[in-house]
Amino acid sequence: MAKSKLSWLVPATVIGALVPYLSIVWRWSQHRLGANPIATALNQIGLLALIFLVLSLSCTPLKIAFAWTWPLRIRRTLGLCAFFSASLHFLVYLVLDQGLAVPTVLEDVLKRPFIALGFAALVLLVPLAVTSTKRSVSRLGFRRWQLLHRLAYAIGVLGVLHFYLRVKADHTQPIMYGLVLALGFLLRGAAKLKGTRDARFRASAARPESV
Amino acid sequence: MRNLPRPPASSEITPRDLYARRREFIKSGALFVGTSAALGAGLTSLSSLGSADAPATPPPLPSAAPGSAPWRVDKRGQFGTSETQTSYQDITTYNNYYELGFSKSEPAALGFRIKTRPWTVRITGEVERERTLDVDTLIRWFGLEERVYRMRCVEAWSMVIPWLGVPLAALVMKLAPTSRAQYVRFTTLLDPEQLPNQESNVLSWPYVEGLRIDEAMNPLAFLAMGLYGAPLPGQNGAPLRLVVPWKYGFKGAKSLVEIRFQEHEPETTWSRAAPSEYGFYANVNPEVDHPRWSQANERRIGELSRRKTLPFNGYAEQVADLYRGMNLARYF
Repeated sequence: MAKSKLSWLVPATVIGALVPYLSIVWRWSQHRLGANPIATALNQIGLLALIFLVLSLSCTPLKIAFAWTWPLRIRRTLGLCAFFSASLHFLVYLVLDQGLAVPTVLEDVLKRPFIALGFAALVLLVPLAVTSTKRSVSRLGFRRWQLLHRLAYAIGVLGVLHFYLRVKADHTQPIMYGLVLALGFLLRGAAKLKGTRDARFRASAARPESV
Repeated sequence: MRNLPRPPASSEITPRDLYARRREFIKSGALFVGTSAALGAGLTSLSSLGSADAPATPPPLPSAAPGSAPWRVDKRGQFGTSETQTSYQDITTYNNYYELGFSKSEPAALGFRIKTRPWTVRITGEVERERTLDVDTLIRWFGLEERVYRMRCVEAWSMVIPWLGVPLAALVMKLAPTSRAQYVRFTTLLDPEQLPNQESNVLSWPYVEGLRIDEAMNPLAFLAMGLYGAPLPGQNGAPLRLVVPWKYGFKGAKSLVEIRFQEHEPETTWSRAAPSEYGFYANVNPEVDHPRWSQANERRIGELSRRKTLPFNGYAEQVADLYRGMNLARYF
């Protein structure tokens, strides 16, 4: 408790992240997900994964723009939520949507660019989730750990492309997420150029847990 | 001294630092609850954006539209199937009608905006006589027939729908197209008052679809005016829509205002928007995948596991001859 005034922030993030899942389960049980509930759940869980991903990638830009430090405290939690959601999205696709038809799924992954991109994003999330602990930072050494976790940028781009290519006609939503991501990259780039990333900032911004 | 209250035991005394932090504790608790609730609500609404929930109660069967022709079924059963019919609720709440919304559920909420009577259809182009038909004239001419058809959407889901309407071939014969009429073009209503999404330019409006004249003359081709024995609700294409069950659902243009006979192949809405994904023919074909997903199988609405998609949606016996010698991978 004495650690910080914001000790409630991470638990609140975890509880908040569970709400949309409880909502999906509840609406499914009430037949509120429509005539094709599997497709609706699949789409909503996939979108959740992208939202968490974009949120976790927005923590550093928020720090740059407003000098807030609290977003950095929930960055790891948000990243893990993205991994959890992406995994669940894939499981719903594999088990409920495709009925465990592994050959069809393999063919989908190899033949369809949008599925290949989404699958690549999920695969790349695995090493980041595995090395999300404080111990991993010291085991890998901060430099190497940081380099590895820059993969998150690529994963964000893959996620947006996956969504963009899936949509039939109205691309508003994937473009919005792409813009948020691009704005974050821009802020990072600007901060780097200006050299505002002094040693102190780097120490507080780049580690998964600075407290 | 005896009357003074006993001092509290030391174990009952609140530690000083905890006492000092009680406000902070309450504040943290409030922030915890507030943050979780706000984050949860935000995530829930963001992730369900564009896929609004289905209504909790099934929509009631509509009665005949006021002023419409007597609503009775004269014939039943041609090309029927014994497969389980999709529920009225699912057929009328899971719709692709982009002019009424991009999600599957929005059209059901906005379908009432289509004013289905009075309603006329322009007959134009290469016909004996161009004219404007009142939609109820069709019922007077041909009577209403029930057809239970499979409907296979290009998005790999399917339904079984008991339509009510008139055979397209009968109408084509009656209108007497000239020998130059090689194609038929079907046009949906253009009116952003009734079809609000026509304000957006996601597709080019009005929605246009087409058939080759021999396809239009095939006995399966159908103009639907009703569903489950009652007039079509707006979201299903009221008051008059095309139904071509051996083709993907998007060929079935809704809320028709014009049927045009012409010499050249009409440019159709989806093939114009994405020519590599949607062709003019759009015959159901498990062998030819959509670039982004397989067409080999489909989910029948209401079923959990997928089923195999049949060539021409199971109507090969009736229509395969239309395409003899054609490369169906090229003319998809």
